[in-house]
Amino acid sequence: MMTNLGNRVTQGQFSFLPDLTDAQITAQIKYALSKGWASSVEYTDDPHPRNTYWEMFGNPMFDLKDPAGILMEVNNCRKTFPNHYIRVIAFSSVRGVESVTMSYIVNRPKKEPGFGLVRQEGEGRMIRYTIHSYATDKPEGERY
Amino acid sequence: MSPNESVTMTDDTGVDLEAEFQASNIQELLDQLDRELIGLKPVKTRIRETAALLLVDRVRKKLGLASGAPSLHMCFTGNPGTGKTTVALRMAEILHRLGYIRRPDVVSVTRDDLVGQYIGHTAPKTKEVLKKAMGGVLFIDEAYYLYKPENERDYGAESIEILLQIMENNRDDLVVILAGYKNKMDQFFQSNPGMSSRIAHHIDFPDYSPDELCAIAKLMLDAQHYHFSAAGDKAFRDYIVRRMSMPHFANARSVRNALDRARLRQANRLFESMQTKLTRDDLMTLEASDILASRVFAQGEKDID
Repeated sequence: MMTNLGNRVTQGQFSFLPDLTDAQITAQIKYALSKGWASSVEYTDDPHPRNTYWEMFGNPMFDLKDPAGILMEVNNCRKTFPNHYIRVIAFSSVRGVESVTMSYIVNRPKKEPGFGLVRQEGEGRMIRYTIHSYATDKPEGERY
Repeated sequence: MSPNESVTMTDDTGVDLEAEFQASNIQELLDQLDRELIGLKPVKTRIRETAALLLVDRVRKKLGLASGAPSLHMCFTGNPGTGKTTVALRMAEILHRLGYIRRPDVVSVTRDDLVGQYIGHTAPKTKEVLKKAMGGVLFIDEAYYLYKPENERDYGAESIEILLQIMENNRDDLVVILAGYKNKMDQFFQSNPGMSSRIAHHIDFPDYSPDELCAIAKLMLDAQHYHFSAAGDKAFRDYIVRRMSMPHFANARSVRNALDRARLRQANRLFESMQTKLTRDDLMTLEASDILASRVFAQGEKDID
């Protein structure tokens, strides 16, 4: 985490860059639409890197042709969860791929407390290491 | 939309409206409109005016003059078969050329596509449709069905509310065109004043005259490689005049149906005269007998479309 000052969570695309502006998000959505991928909006307040399944904000948006509709959902989600992590994912339904092809964070909490290193004594003198998000000490919904 | 050019402007900076007009290529579209749509004088004038306004607005924007995003929502009223849908398609094309919408697509919906069947079903359904239409034109046919005053628990009102909200907030993303019969739309606007005030352009489609309907018929036949014989032409005119006084007359749509039936009779006639040698012209010609066989000419019998 040497290059990542300020404890910013770095998951998905563009996460080492400054936050994307609406125009930049629109451009990314447009790219996904041009490839025929369906975008959807998801949110969570558990930033652990192994937390891959985030909550869906509405259904995935199939059959859209214009980025404005998806950006509208992003903004709706931001309004509902101003202090959560929100990401946009793009899903490719091409046979043989059938998986998420893009994923980028479009909203993050104002203050990200980051992760602590947890040591666990194992058998003998072995030590197990893991990380623990300071935010998840509090119950869901009250974390940020 | 093109970004503002950062050149210092004075009051007498030259404006090349002509060049702008040429660049947008809309003359070609307006010509096409003139060619392919018979009659509809007031409609064409309104479209020309709207196009001019949008063009001037665009030039003003380039010169750094205030040009608030114009409200482009429209309402087309008129009897059935007067070309509302066709004009909506052309309108989308014009708005696209002028850069007010991003795609020249028209998403055509009716009440069924917007209003849900149970509580909580309407909002997502309406939003889904609106999202699909974004960047283009949303054409709501028979829009007055959205609001049913006799049933106060009808979900149509909820749909209208969402529609209004998006029409106001996402003016850059979506152009809404409502269409319907004149008197029913007037009633609709009376009970939804919010809707009326958000729609800047009300365009009324007049009924066609018999001459115009004949011209439309010829245009339709031309496209399908048919033509009337001299007697057939006269018979069709007669048909139109009779048909217009009957109930359920739907202007151009009735003409199309009549032509379809005439083609059917022509095919039958050719089939029956199989022994005689047919020419290419025979296959293209609609004779008077093909039209006179219509029920419209039978006294006292009603024709049904």
